[in-house]
Amino acid sequence: MYGVTVTELIKKMSLKNILPEIDTDKVVLAHPDVNRPALQLAGFFDHFDRERVQIIGYVEQEYIKTLDPETKMERYDRLLCSDIPCVLYSRGQMPDEDMQNLCYHYQVPCLVSEKSTSELMAEVIRWLKVKLAPCISIHGVLVDVYGEGVLIMGESGIGKSEAALELIKRGHRLVTDDVVEIHKVSDETLVGRAPDITKHFIELRGIGIIDVKALFGVESVKDSQNIDMVIKLEDWDKDREYDRLGLEDQYTEFLGNKVVCHNIPIRPGRNLAIIVESAAVNHRQKKMGYNAAKELYNRVQANLGLGAPSSL
Amino acid sequence: MLKKNVTIGLTSGLEVRPVAMLVQIASQYDSRIYVESGNARVNAKSIMGMMTLGMGAGETLVVSAEGDDEEAAMDEIEKYLVGTK
Repeated sequence: MYGVTVTELIKKMSLKNILPEIDTDKVVLAHPDVNRPALQLAGFFDHFDRERVQIIGYVEQEYIKTLDPETKMERYDRLLCSDIPCVLYSRGQMPDEDMQNLCYHYQVPCLVSEKSTSELMAEVIRWLKVKLAPCISIHGVLVDVYGEGVLIMGESGIGKSEAALELIKRGHRLVTDDVVEIHKVSDETLVGRAPDITKHFIELRGIGIIDVKALFGVESVKDSQNIDMVIKLEDWDKDREYDRLGLEDQYTEFLGNKVVCHNIPIRPGRNLAIIVESAAVNHRQKKMGYNAAKELYNRVQANLGLGAPSSL
Repeated sequence: MLKKNVTIGLTSGLEVRPVAMLVQIASQYDSRIYVESGNARVNAKSIMGMMTLGMGAGETLVVSAEGDDEEAAMDEIEKYLVGTK
């Protein structure tokens, strides 16, 4: 299971820690969401999302002020004994003394942010989503070609790294060679990055490891990139059918997200880099609303239906 | 498909040279060979992948092989990792 510590949250969001005595390294956030405990403070604890960051905004704070001291203590106690990860006050509001004492008693970190509540919520959720995104590591090469993230896959030794090198020489950017860490940031977006150990390195059979950043400069590498399409390289198999038109997209799946996928047969003499480049730019054109295969289809149909002159 | 837990017996663990050696061994076979440890699953024929594992002596990983020569592949890899070869 993935997790981030409250210490990281404090650092990232520049929060003020009211009770620095509490060890925030041990408190792990595993849920990419927040809760505003307004209903809980009003005494309703059914379906309480206790594992989330509890954000107390202006409304909650004002409501607490209307409670008599006994009720307030009882609600605070119930909230804090529920094993919540932390209490976070927005707008620079200071937690009252009872809250601080109870937080200390239950060892719950108590934090304050200067940001407005909705801004803080959006920031925390966005950051947690990225940090806690499901992640897998796969075998492949990720390059940024004309701004499209192209993931090249295929068996060991088929020429992925060589294709990447050629693409780099043509002015495209390498994200990672051999191992791609894929993070599912949302239902639509997959982000790929390199493991720290092998970042910016390529292995070429017969030469060994080369450092792309040192050899070709900063402009030839990139730290992370959305994955827009997948290219699967495979040995040419004459019995298999390969896409000749491109009228329908084929997809492959990572972590439940669909990505456009092209199976490309390789044979000696086929220039892989230029094929990858064309696939990327064609994908881009499709996204912009023009599909060459459809255009050809339309022309053929028009030719049949209307008997259009061949001098078209 | 074969799957096996192997404990690393190489005294230096999976350092750069032993990794290169292991990849050499794996590459001699046609089978698909993977090494797993924790969340990571990497192709045993990929040098860069194996480098990211960063495992020391005494740690255990899962080796899996699938293909016509899976038994021979598994055998050799296990021998190498355990340190008897």
